[in-house]
Amino acid sequence: MSEHRGIWVFSEKPDLMLEMLGKGRELADQKQTELAAVLIGGNVADKTTELIKSGAEKVYVASSPALERFQAEAYLGVLHGLALTYKPETIMIGSTRNGKPLAARLATRLDAACVPDCTRLSVDEKDRLVGERIAYGGNAAAKIAFAGKPQIVTVPQRAFDKPVPKERSGQVVNVDVKVDAARTEVVDVKPLETSNVRIEEADVIVSCGRGLAKKEDKVLLDELAVVLGGQVGSSRPLAEDRKWFTEWVGLSGHKVKPKLYIACGISGVIQHVAGIRDSKVIVAVNKDEQAPIFEIADYGVVGNLYEILPALKEAIKKQLQ
Amino acid sequence: MRGLDGLKKIIVCLKQAVDVSQLKVDVATRQLITASAPKKISDFDKNALEEAIRVKEKTGNVELCTLTVTAEDAKTVLREALAMGADRAYMVNDVELKNVDTLGTAHVLAEAVRKIGECDLILCGETSLDSFSGLVSARLSELLDLPLVSSVRRLSVEGDAIVAERSLEESIETVKANMPCVISVTREINAPRIPSLMMIMKASKKEIVNWTLADLGVQKEKLASKIELVEVLAPKTERKKIKITGENVQEIAEKLAKALIQEGVVKR
Repeated sequence: MSEHRGIWVFSEKPDLMLEMLGKGRELADQKQTELAAVLIGGNVADKTTELIKSGAEKVYVASSPALERFQAEAYLGVLHGLALTYKPETIMIGSTRNGKPLAARLATRLDAACVPDCTRLSVDEKDRLVGERIAYGGNAAAKIAFAGKPQIVTVPQRAFDKPVPKERSGQVVNVDVKVDAARTEVVDVKPLETSNVRIEEADVIVSCGRGLAKKEDKVLLDELAVVLGGQVGSSRPLAEDRKWFTEWVGLSGHKVKPKLYIACGISGVIQHVAGIRDSKVIVAVNKDEQAPIFEIADYGVVGNLYEILPALKEAIKKQLQ
Repeated sequence: MRGLDGLKKIIVCLKQAVDVSQLKVDVATRQLITASAPKKISDFDKNALEEAIRVKEKTGNVELCTLTVTAEDAKTVLREALAMGADRAYMVNDVELKNVDTLGTAHVLAEAVRKIGECDLILCGETSLDSFSGLVSARLSELLDLPLVSSVRRLSVEGDAIVAERSLEESIETVKANMPCVISVTREINAPRIPSLMMIMKASKKEIVNWTLADLGVQKEKLASKIELVEVLAPKTERKKIKITGENVQEIAEKLAKALIQEGVVKR
């Protein structure tokens, strides 16, 4: 088992790749091992510098026109081939909707364990890699240690900060690419109709739940969000059941960590709470004094959101003048 | 060629999961009280089952099987799956499965699928309600060497193939895959039916096939977990929990606005 060495990072999302390199660098220093990035794409040779500046000592480059777009079997084939040749100890893969099945399939081919969606990673006193993740629908955080190698983790977006780029030297290894045939055929791609700014990037989120009576009343949140320079979000029922929103905040939707999260008419089921737990300040506005959202809020207002939101908007405008 | 009515068998993988909405936490130790927590079919898997029933309704004479791998008896929740519309339930029940990880689970599912026999579609929930790993369907597709279509929010069967809409972070991708294949569904795909009393009564006559690991001939070494659960604890909540009160709405709003500005989370 001891022949496995080094930490590898891969994501088809460039930002997530950098975030993982930051964490990967820390772990590699701690374990005194090498950090490598695997770069797969159509014409990606010019992207290696940024990866090296972000901490990679080595970049494996698989460049081919056939790899221009994410194609599961081809990307999997590249990673699998490389892993068999160079035997990394740890592979970190970005936990996107394409990345996670990729990680699971790679782990299966390598007969390896996979710990998904790690929001923390550390090395314990027994020199084992330990991943921390949300479990039981947000009721708990689980710490999981690996008991064999190679070990694969997936990392969600924004779990770790992007590293500050530094001048560094690194080695670029060009890989001979054999493109495995796709087993599914993409017949259409429609961009999602979402706001231009992704909700994960918002500093302030004003979010509504079932306490909102009509879709049109969303304007109350919009107006407050404008004053706060933030965005509007929703809980799952408003998106999936009522179809008023196309996406939602929560464990199964967007996990957010804004500076300010204002939950309006949201009861605070555990799955929603799991998606907002890392927010700096949480405000809850709810008619029901017993609503569990108050248990995880910094500031709670028991009252009618239809009265509170307009008043809060005016109060903030006034005090900011 | 597998015509529209040539679809023979669908297998839906169901997990008996802890009902996380009814979990209790020991406040002093932050330990979860899982032993007494009620169990149910994992929500996402129920969506997979509902979708399979809808495919069956459209394509006719298909045998719809459910498959569960569990360390504890799951007959009670499987009765619900049968009442919803599954024809037969297979349960691999063995105490040896207690600490199995996602790879081990996928090995057992794969062996069970082989034993059940040739099928056209294997449907799974994208992830499970309690552990929320979302790895098993992809692992299963690898072990069975079948195409995988994950995160499906709309599904249709067209001749020998399926056409599915996948829900990605920034797009909806429509893909086509030949059957047999493995599909994982999101909760957006449908709203699972609630079985009527009539259906519940009818289901009591349907068969639950009970297998042990020995029946499947799964090699023990394939079940050895490659991970160790170090701890599972309820997260610490370190929130201020300040209730803002006042004579009227304006006063409350003024106090809240002031607090938020002091926190530095509202920019001037």
